[in-house]
Amino acid sequence: MLWHLFFVFLKVGCISFGGGYAVMTLIQREVASKGWVDSGQFEEIVALAGMAPGSIATNTATLIGYTTSGIAGAVASTTGIILPSLIIVIVIAAFFLKLQGNAWVKSSFYGLRPVITGLIIYAAYHFGLGGRTEALLSWTMLGTVVICVGCLIAVTHFKIHPFTVILLSAIAGIIIF
Amino acid sequence: MNTKLKEQIKMLPQIFGVFFRIGPSTFGGGYAMIATIEQEIVHRKGWMEESEMGDMVSISGSAPGGVAVNSAAFIGYRLGGVPGAVAAVTGITLPTFVIVFVLSLFYALFKDNDKVEAALKGIHAAVVALIIMAAFKMGKSSILDVPTLFILATALSLLLFTGIPPFYLILGGPLVGIAVVIMKRMMGLSIRTEAPSAASKQELNFPEYYI
Repeated sequence: MLWHLFFVFLKVGCISFGGGYAVMTLIQREVASKGWVDSGQFEEIVALAGMAPGSIATNTATLIGYTTSGIAGAVASTTGIILPSLIIVIVIAAFFLKLQGNAWVKSSFYGLRPVITGLIIYAAYHFGLGGRTEALLSWTMLGTVVICVGCLIAVTHFKIHPFTVILLSAIAGIIIF
Repeated sequence: MNTKLKEQIKMLPQIFGVFFRIGPSTFGGGYAMIATIEQEIVHRKGWMEESEMGDMVSISGSAPGGVAVNSAAFIGYRLGGVPGAVAAVTGITLPTFVIVFVLSLFYALFKDNDKVEAALKGIHAAVVALIIMAAFKMGKSSILDVPTLFILATALSLLLFTGIPPFYLILGGPLVGIAVVIMKRMMGLSIRTEAPSAASKQELNFPEYYI
């Protein structure tokens, strides 16, 4: 199981272009196909991961590892998701620094970036609505939309720091739900 | 060579220490961290030149993985070779790892508490908002013309309506990108492969925070 966790997150780590939220889609797909955690658990894990410092993707990996096989699992999946970044950055820093201005590389990123945008939108969709069984017009749904819109306004309009927003929405959650 | 190696080994605990401190203090990977890293590495420690930060940002933004971990790997490598990179990455990851861990222990204790559950629902909504922001930001720098819009639409519908592993999308995106650029060149059209950088420079603040 530990090797399994390690390799799944190693695979995710290799293709985690765009970091953070784009990777959530990758992780969610992998985890769902393996049946390691159900979608309710996944939501809880991501909420916890969002509260801790560090990349939300790495934190999610840590928590999924911990949920499925304890501390050793957490170490295995965290190592798995970080190792490819480490190796790839070292290789680029050592050999391919000049590639940065290369036209092929630029064209590749020209095509890759919209895909990453797609992954992030899908993550928003899936995390916001997906796997929800109750009616769309429930109290929970309404509360979620209200907090979500509030957060968007707080960050874009009032320039409040995302971590403060997360804390405030925890309080709002206690009041509403 | 030998003295260089010794110097590198002597640097390791220092590298580890600096990144261990940066890890939890900035709350979040992402571009927000770059300012802190620059402050610490360039101004306080004098380990790198300011001009090298540009390389660091572009490499850590384009390699897979989080920007924070990638920057740590890059600086660690520059300062202490492969062991330096390992020390830096371990340093930046360890505090988060422990914090995530403690959080999940607390959560296990209070799982059945109504208040905790309500708070998590609130955070869930906030995370959805942050993801939407991230999507918007990414969209602004990636949707430059009709082909990129088409790639986005295709990728999104494949994700929504088929079970295609995202791996193929990540592989396919660059191929389509290269094909589009070649075709446009052949038709004699000019093409812009990047958003103007002035806009992205200004927004080094926190919207990209968690990316």
